[in-house]
Amino acid sequence: MNIMKYKNVYLLFSLIVLVPGIISLFIYRLNLSNDFTGGSVFSFDLGKSAHGEKESAAALFKGQGIRVREITFDSIQNITLQTDPATAKQNDAIKNAVVSKYPQAKQTLFETIGPSIGLETTKKSVTALGVASIGIVLYIAYAFRNIPKPYSSFKFGVSAVIAMLHDGLLVLGVFSIFRIQVDALFITALLTVIGFSVHDSIVVFDRVRENLGKLPKSMSFENIVNYSVVETLNRSLATSFTVIAVLTSLLLLGGGSTRNFVLALTVGMISGTYSSIFTASPILVIWEDFRARTK
Amino acid sequence: MEMFKNVYFRLGLVVAISLVSLLAALPRVPIVIKNSFVNIDSFIGGYYFSILNGKVRLDLREVKKGLDLKGGVRIVLRADMSKIPPNDRNAALDAARQIMEKRVNFLGVSEPYITSSKVGDDYRIIVEMPGTTDIAQAVNLIGQTAQLRFRQLKAGNDWSQDKFAQYYQDLGVWEDTNVTGADLKGVDIVFDESGAVSQAPQVRLKFTSDGRKKFSELAKKNVGKPIGLFLDTDESPVSMPVVSAGLSETLIDDPVITGNFDVQTANALSIQIRAGALPVPVEVLEQTAVGATLGEASVVESLFAGIVGLLTVLIFMAYMYGRLGFLADMALVIYILIVLAFFKAIPVVLTLPGIAGFILSVGMAADANILIFERTKEEILWGRPRGVAIKYGFERAWQSIRDSNASSLLTSGVLFYFGSGAVRGFALTLALGIAVSLFTSIFVTKTLISVFGVDKKTLLGVRQ
Repeated sequence: MNIMKYKNVYLLFSLIVLVPGIISLFIYRLNLSNDFTGGSVFSFDLGKSAHGEKESAAALFKGQGIRVREITFDSIQNITLQTDPATAKQNDAIKNAVVSKYPQAKQTLFETIGPSIGLETTKKSVTALGVASIGIVLYIAYAFRNIPKPYSSFKFGVSAVIAMLHDGLLVLGVFSIFRIQVDALFITALLTVIGFSVHDSIVVFDRVRENLGKLPKSMSFENIVNYSVVETLNRSLATSFTVIAVLTSLLLLGGGSTRNFVLALTVGMISGTYSSIFTASPILVIWEDFRARTK
Repeated sequence: MEMFKNVYFRLGLVVAISLVSLLAALPRVPIVIKNSFVNIDSFIGGYYFSILNGKVRLDLREVKKGLDLKGGVRIVLRADMSKIPPNDRNAALDAARQIMEKRVNFLGVSEPYITSSKVGDDYRIIVEMPGTTDIAQAVNLIGQTAQLRFRQLKAGNDWSQDKFAQYYQDLGVWEDTNVTGADLKGVDIVFDESGAVSQAPQVRLKFTSDGRKKFSELAKKNVGKPIGLFLDTDESPVSMPVVSAGLSETLIDDPVITGNFDVQTANALSIQIRAGALPVPVEVLEQTAVGATLGEASVVESLFAGIVGLLTVLIFMAYMYGRLGFLADMALVIYILIVLAFFKAIPVVLTLPGIAGFILSVGMAADANILIFERTKEEILWGRPRGVAIKYGFERAWQSIRDSNASSLLTSGVLFYFGSGAVRGFALTLALGIAVSLFTSIFVTKTLISVFGVDKKTLLGVRQ
């Protein structure tokens, strides 16, 4: 099986998938939740079907002078309104208004996050992503330090990190294009995804390293990488299957409040499997070819 | 160590760890048998140990649930330290935290969690009250952010008893003074020994020495006039006592507020004043109130999803790797028991993202075994005898397992360091999962394979 033969095709495919997301990130940005922007969330179990109550619920909030940003439905009876920051007193007023309109209604959630906390979360998230990426590059450079000459551990590290960025960007792009809300947990999912992405790339690269010392010197680097990818293909697919199986069951059966979190994980894990085979390795091969040709 | 090479010693260790974990993970299950032969009234699981006067405790009675699962209230307050000298700030924060504790105790919440923290230049108090049902009351009392102010009538507003109602409602006639809640040491109830109405309850204001000076100045200027005790500048005063002539001259005893009180109303006023006696003004940064029903439904859904996911993984492993896969499945079940036992013993506060993280870790825990078995398959294809192939499978997959898990541990470390609350819970779950899965997928699986052997004719579908 010659997977590496079509290496340019894979990279082109990755680009085609990534570019719309990147454009969307630039133009539409992300649909940031209160965790980053500050604001309030009100959830009510209306005691009856909540669909079709969108307008009248929004009117209740307008009556209290609270600007509604977004209305979503968590389940049949549950309506969630995101608004500008509101106080506990305003919540009392809203609660009374809702209960007098829907006598069966029960409040299930009220949350207010001040703008300063939002800014703090944003700063922390960006720092965490930066620290994790740098840590991973350093770690791979260290783990692969014994790679036989003339190959450099640096290239392995950078290739794995490009694959990692690929997965991170894909998740961000999907969430930007579909306007899915991004909260503090999304950052957690993103970090988990990049951890897993590198985990996958390392398994493939470990085999490349082993084969560089074992296979005949006459074999080209591309063939050695190809051989390694094919050898680890079963493992990559089997592991992805177990991880994606649990994620899919969480996505389908796991309830509303963690759905976006699990969605980010699922998209990222699928991308992570793809990128360890079709992004990290081709980049390594192309880079190595380039070096060999220019020498 | 020599004894670790003995298969039966290792098996015993695996069985012992599994049993201990099972007992730790079990909820309390009562065992009651009563008939003419035996009389047993006992239980298993849900143990509680405490030695050295409670210094060392192991509480396995229940899994600690986070607010999102249990329902409850969480409020983050920021203390405004701009007027407090830097050296006194920590003390002021501590005093404010203690007042919050009193407020919470007044609500009668079980297991409240109140803590203060410093983030950058921000001084914060975090109040968590799990299981609180009356969200509005909690938010109102804890979120009571104002500092008590003593206000006086503006010049030109004369006083007589019949103006009480007018001044009570017209807030424009009041102006701030330099006396605030920070000048109060405490508030309590005393009983009048001298007055006409014997034993009438009074609310006593205990000032700091500095506060007492300031208050007596204020009292001197306002003899025969009311002083308003305000918690909020746009709401009516909580109390409007009139300064008696005697008070202004010598302030030897702490001043008292007298009135038509019974014990209950006096108590209510003292709580209101005490609650406002914050050394620093605070503002609400974040408030969350989760109804209990939301959490319950989510737990049931997540657990169901977890069981379906787990079964899929178990069947997949057994299908792909035959008997070896089945032994890996046993290791996976032991993995779940050990992690659950750790959750209870540490204890890890379980949140919805934490549960999702745990379920995800079950999928990832299979990875090490998959790496080992795939390697073993290859070794067999390369012509190695069965026993040697398995040995090499474990040995040669180790490097990949170590390197790849190190990167996952690295990210969970970053998450733990930068995250807060639920994010930390998730990171801890992930890291714990990785560590335990290394033990079960390597040590436990290897032991089980050495004891129960492998298929007679084929191994991993490869004929020899």
